[in-house]
Amino acid sequence: MLAYIIRRVLQSVLVLLVVGLVAFSMFRFVGDPIDNMLGQERTQADIERLRDVLGLDDPFPVQYWKFMSQAAEGNFGISYRQGRPVSDILLERAPATLELAAVSGLFAITFGIGFGVLTAIRRGGLLSSTVMTLSLVGVSLPTFLIGILLIYLFSVELGWLPSFGRGDTVMIGGWSTGFLTTSGLKALILPSITLGLYQMTLIMRLVRSEMLEVLRQDYIRFARARGLRERSVNFRHALKNTLVPVITVTGLQLGSIIAFAIITETVFQWPGVGLLFINAIQFVDIPVMAAYLMLISVMFVGINLIVDLLYVAIDPRLRSDSSKRGH
Amino acid sequence: MSESMQPTLSIRKLVVEIPTRHGILRPVDQVSYDIQPGEILGVVGESGAGKSMAGNAVIGLLSPPAHIAGGEVWLNGNRIDNLSRSQMRRKRGREVGMVFQDPLTSLNPLLPIGDQLSETIIEHLNVGKSEARRRAIAALEEVGIPAAAERVDSYPHEFSGGMRQRVVIALALCAEPTLVIADEPTTALDVSVQAQIIALLRRLCRERGTAVMLVTHDMGVIAEAADRVAVMYAGRLAEIGPVREVLTAPRHPYTAGLMASTPLASQGKRRLNQIPGSMPRLGALPEGCAFHPRCPRAAARCAAGDSPHIDSCDGRAACWFPIDASAKESA
Repeated sequence: MLAYIIRRVLQSVLVLLVVGLVAFSMFRFVGDPIDNMLGQERTQADIERLRDVLGLDDPFPVQYWKFMSQAAEGNFGISYRQGRPVSDILLERAPATLELAAVSGLFAITFGIGFGVLTAIRRGGLLSSTVMTLSLVGVSLPTFLIGILLIYLFSVELGWLPSFGRGDTVMIGGWSTGFLTTSGLKALILPSITLGLYQMTLIMRLVRSEMLEVLRQDYIRFARARGLRERSVNFRHALKNTLVPVITVTGLQLGSIIAFAIITETVFQWPGVGLLFINAIQFVDIPVMAAYLMLISVMFVGINLIVDLLYVAIDPRLRSDSSKRGH
Repeated sequence: MSESMQPTLSIRKLVVEIPTRHGILRPVDQVSYDIQPGEILGVVGESGAGKSMAGNAVIGLLSPPAHIAGGEVWLNGNRIDNLSRSQMRRKRGREVGMVFQDPLTSLNPLLPIGDQLSETIIEHLNVGKSEARRRAIAALEEVGIPAAAERVDSYPHEFSGGMRQRVVIALALCAEPTLVIADEPTTALDVSVQAQIIALLRRLCRERGTAVMLVTHDMGVIAEAADRVAVMYAGRLAEIGPVREVLTAPRHPYTAGLMASTPLASQGKRRLNQIPGSMPRLGALPEGCAFHPRCPRAAARCAAGDSPHIDSCDGRAACWFPIDASAKESA
């Protein structure tokens, strides 16, 4: 088991190195940051001095090595645009994105699994047909459009919920949270639904199809033949057996919730890292862009690692296999 | 097996129908039989003869759109074919248990076997968790799982196929039902294990007076385990009687054909006989007796009018021209 974890962690590190390389080399082509940093009245000497300070004249492998080794220590350099350490900027912005992602992830998982089970058990019923039809909307409409529609309905027409921003936030340690104020909570609702809707429908459809598959299995018939209650058959026996594939997809989807936050944050002017990234692209702020991509990949890799470990926790068959191979 | 004893299971003219676009299929048609306490009734027939379907109908697990369309099912003197879903659920496991064909797929892979036993015991017997666990271990011991107290927390994949079928039998019997439906319980097992499982099933049911409906296509299993045998063909009962009489002196030409095509009955012969043709599909049953196109004894009467019913014949074989045991014939 330990050997299995160590092997997976090493794989994760390798993935991060490759992502860093790809991200970093892509930024070679997005343009010269010097143009934006120095105003109209610049001299050739100014330009060269700045290039030297930023290390832009170093050979590519040297730049990459510097970037990665400093990144490993949490130092992503100085933002070209704001002139402050990138790590400070990210830390300032991260709580907004993480809270948004957490709420929409929770929304997606809760309703995804709930509706998935419901539509599988009550197959062909009126409620499940309605849910299935509506879920098509969630899958097919683009995120920004859903956001705009929600803003139109709940902010403009009904005036119930704010259309942009985080509302009031409270600082706890270095973490600004919107969970503790009414306006902060209200501000979370629309962006979370916008961000989580696609994931919710995806999880729902997956749970449904897995559940229908599992309900056909012999051990479900046998559980019925033993006179167990429907609730026990559906949840204790069937749902648990659908979880392994569901966790795989859900894990990956949680990663993309954070990544897709860019669009939602833009629509709702949510002051998170996604919005930061969009602004960074406009200014060719390479350290911020690189740090953002690294952050996203760390999250993806981390979630994947957790997913792999969850399999083992759920399925005893993997437990004995991995310990046999691992030792 | 005195006639005055109340049978554990009594099926009266049971009809199971499946509505399809091309008409109504009848996988079980006018089937009647009884099973006495402690008796093992073997139900044989080819695939699709309706033998499993009858078992599913009794335990109330027909998968829709299949449903009971006629007849009655009586269990311990109570009619059960018209019970509500929750009433029937309470009977399942408690009064009628079931053993499935494939022990590799009948157990939930993610739950320890002890949990699966305990949940069944708690559901039906109104006992606490620790008592249920104690009974679970006892049930495993009874079916011959070595070191049951340690194995009770093992997962299904940690057992061999034969051991898993023992666990399945323990599960089917743990709430002490009066009837067990065993649907091809040995088909998926190694030949060497088959005999052990049959012997186990037989011993447990003898000890507890449990009635068994043993559904199989294996004449060897029937000969070894059953007290009486019911032969089904195309959804109908072809012949029923004490196992030795039916196997040694079959009266229905179909049973005779089956016996002639079974290695057990034709020892010494170089080649097995086969019944010409194959069983008709349910959607395309012939007029009259369903077996007549394949029957060596068929006459004009067999091809026309109603199919022969066991009650309107001699009570043993549903045939207009049953084989007379006294006259030596080779079918």
